[in-house]
Amino acid sequence: MSKIRVVHYINQFFAGIGGEEKADIPPEVRDGVVGPGMALNKAFKDEAEIVATVICGDSYFNENLEKAKDEVLKMIKEHNPDLFIAGPAFNAGRYGTACGTVAKLVKDELNIPVLAAMYPENPGVDMYKKDLYIVETGNSAAAMRKAVPAMAKLALKLAKGEEIGSPAEEGYIARGVRVNLFLDKRGSERAVDMMVKKLKGEDFTTEYPMPDFDNVPPNPAVKDMSKAKVALVTSGGIVPKGNPDHIESSSASKYGKYDIDGVMDLTAETYETAHGGYDPVYANENADRVLPVDVMRDLEKEGVIGELHRYFYTTTGNGTSVANAKKFAAEFAQELVADGVDAVILTST
Amino acid sequence: MVKEIERAGIPVVHVCTVVPISLTVGANRIVPAIAIPHPLGNPQLDEKEEKKLRRKLVEKALKALQTEVDGQTVFED
Repeated sequence: MSKIRVVHYINQFFAGIGGEEKADIPPEVRDGVVGPGMALNKAFKDEAEIVATVICGDSYFNENLEKAKDEVLKMIKEHNPDLFIAGPAFNAGRYGTACGTVAKLVKDELNIPVLAAMYPENPGVDMYKKDLYIVETGNSAAAMRKAVPAMAKLALKLAKGEEIGSPAEEGYIARGVRVNLFLDKRGSERAVDMMVKKLKGEDFTTEYPMPDFDNVPPNPAVKDMSKAKVALVTSGGIVPKGNPDHIESSSASKYGKYDIDGVMDLTAETYETAHGGYDPVYANENADRVLPVDVMRDLEKEGVIGELHRYFYTTTGNGTSVANAKKFAAEFAQELVADGVDAVILTST
Repeated sequence: MVKEIERAGIPVVHVCTVVPISLTVGANRIVPAIAIPHPLGNPQLDEKEEKKLRRKLVEKALKALQTEVDGQTVFED
């Protein structure tokens, strides 16, 4: 039997082209393996082979979505794959959404099995877990060694059309698909067993976990902007020059609150970004590009807004856990309320 | 963070480049930005033009804050 033909998608970083300063490169295709494909190829033994690798910069992909989708799909199609693999993207948000988008596209357009791999908090997971098999990985490339065998195993099964077991057995992220199966005990008995365990305070596993939607309904609009106190918040990591509180460039464990009383403009001498997840050149040159203090001051002077709140809040959204981000904002939102802030502009890179 | 601010009762607008992420995160008022490393700027423009562009985006954000919405809304041009 001939080997299963695989096309692999990775970003500029894993291709060894460069970091954030190269995130704007357009898609390109190379024959054979590049970067993590090497380990995947090895794990396939002789059953499958990566025939081509498509590489695209994360920023390019997300900023030119429709164009990038067309270009990437064309490159993949040319190599006639039997199977498509994207990533692993770990906890890189833009990479994860790109992997998910391409994998879904290939599945829909080329009708072949596809596979991605990410950390459960990657935004690409929530966007695509219903459509795709996404192998669960750790949150950084350090988890590559564990990710590769799980990916290779599931990929081969998909390519060969074998039956796919439960998420726990196969190591992919639950897609919310219900499967019928036969059990020895009937439903009423199982329900009573669970109830008894719950009453005793013992652990039990539900057979049907409730989805966690947690949407927050929008607040009413601001009635009179000319009287409103508006605050600026950012996940783009803008901090006073020197990053006095040492906010981490990635996986932030804290946020900063900075006084901008009397600050009319953020300059290269006074402010910079601590964010390690995008090319910092433009923000360091002029931090207003991320946190628009200059424009807000103009609007304040002209009476378009009542006032700009004297503090801004900031953290780096790069690989920062959802739990931390939630905790930060829950804390400073109370301060914003106490300070009588009427509206917030939150900027993200 | 957007969700926690909204939960606290303050209307919030998310100005961001990757709109699908903002939708996933649960922002209700979304204004698409310019580019990831400079969401509210464009280094290719001269300083005056760039500030004008930034002002337009901020004005759009303020307009979003003054608009009643039922659910997640992306404020395109």
